[in-house]
Amino acid sequence: MMAALLEVRGLTRVFGGIRAVDSLSFDAHEGGITGLIGPNGAGKTTVFNLITGVYRPTAGTVCLAGGRLTGCRPDDVVRAGVARTFQNIRLFARRTCLENVTTPILARASYGPIAAVLRTPSARSAERAAREKAFAIMEELGIERFASFQASNLPYGMQRKLEIARALACSPKVLLLDEPAAGMNDAETHELGETIKRALEDFGVTILLIEHHINLVLDICTHVVVMERGALLAHGTPGDIRENPAVVEAYLGRRRRDRA
Amino acid sequence: MYYYYVLNIFLLACINMIAVLGVSIFTGFTGLFSLGHAAFVGIGAYTAGVLTYHWYVPFPLAILAGMLASGIAGLVIGIPTLRAKLRSDYFAIAILGFGEALRVCLENLSITNGARGLSLDELSGSAWVVGALLASLAFTRSLLRSRFGAMFMAIREDPVAAEMAGINLFRTRLLSLVVSAVLCGASGALLAHRIAFIQPVMFTMTQSTQLLASVIAGGMGSISGPAIVSFIFTALPEMLRKLEMYRLPAYGLLLVVIMIFRPQGLMGYREIPDLLRGTRDLLLARRVR
Repeated sequence: MMAALLEVRGLTRVFGGIRAVDSLSFDAHEGGITGLIGPNGAGKTTVFNLITGVYRPTAGTVCLAGGRLTGCRPDDVVRAGVARTFQNIRLFARRTCLENVTTPILARASYGPIAAVLRTPSARSAERAAREKAFAIMEELGIERFASFQASNLPYGMQRKLEIARALACSPKVLLLDEPAAGMNDAETHELGETIKRALEDFGVTILLIEHHINLVLDICTHVVVMERGALLAHGTPGDIRENPAVVEAYLGRRRRDRA
Repeated sequence: MYYYYVLNIFLLACINMIAVLGVSIFTGFTGLFSLGHAAFVGIGAYTAGVLTYHWYVPFPLAILAGMLASGIAGLVIGIPTLRAKLRSDYFAIAILGFGEALRVCLENLSITNGARGLSLDELSGSAWVVGALLASLAFTRSLLRSRFGAMFMAIREDPVAAEMAGINLFRTRLLSLVVSAVLCGASGALLAHRIAFIQPVMFTMTQSTQLLASVIAGGMGSISGPAIVSFIFTALPEMLRKLEMYRLPAYGLLLVVIMIFRPQGLMGYREIPDLLRGTRDLLLARRVR
């Protein structure tokens, strides 16, 4: 059994009278792809926002390799080793693709404002190293030919990949992907699945994936967590989930009937 | 005599440009609005002015003191107001109030000689002004090319994504504010000793608006665009002096024309070297064809 890298325990968030996330507990195992699925409005993106510190949980904790993330600011969560992409793409639109990927690396660089203004050798070498690392990540994802393009000029699918590249540039232990295949056709979705698996192998990250393309989830995930109305409905291997009557009824039911 | 007149306008334009560079870092590159940066110019001007007037402090030290005082004022306003994560409007309002409060203070303190103003020595010679401008340009360019520039622009483009790229929003915005305040302070110290007279009404919202207008009309995210526009904005009223009362409408008209034909500002977010490179690429492409 693999060790739990990300532990979510009793996570709850109440907005007004609505329990968007309701005492949710699950683990993301090291080196695995954990799928987080559920109908629209089940609270999946809220879980991401709670893990990354965008929202504060009403109750519950999130731990990364034993260290508490709950209560940390988003930038501290990133430094602790969690990076994410966004459901609605959020790139640095008017900067080049390479600059997008370089930014998280530079944000971690250690030289101060005085070294920056004097352009000391250490500042220059940190900048060069950041560019090289960013370019290597882009090569890994097969988007290096867009390096000098303005991010907003990229085709949609490439923008999604660029966002993954930027997240990988944070050197995360856990990568949270929020509907990376949204708006993609089957061929593109399949290719994205390959990209995600490669990222897992090459960068050694653990992945937590929100996705509505159920075939992609059942295909690449090692473990699936199903949410409904903020609460945990079921969890297990893709095989278990496919056979789970509660899940089939709540989420996969209609699709089954279509097929029949 | 005429030479001296033109030189004086040129030097005033250079001094104004230093302040515009500061606002460009804050508004054009970090994406935060300010309707009160003239207050930082005023603090720089009065700090340096009071020091040379009352205590005969050497001019270079007075400039440094003006920059330091503006930087500290930036910290004092920035620390409480820039904490709000995604809302930058708190700062815009706070600085507006700060500017007014500063004017009232300057008008009532005895050390500043109140509303009558201070008559100073004309210490900002051409070498000082041009030297300070070149140093400010080099400073701004280096800062924006560094990791801090990358972080400023990331925040301008998308604060949420910037935070998820590991950027501390508060500290980075505060740095941007302090740097811009220091540049405005330098501009103020030079201005005070160029026109050799300072008065509280010189540093009100009208001046803040003009600084902001230069950045917006010049291009948010460009150094050269705002620099060019600030030059035009200083020189144009002088050139139009013969038109007397039509001067101000003409000035406004220019702003409207820029906004209609170049809504992204004169230079967009490019620099002069980018334009030259673009022209070169165009010529090369034509030759290949």
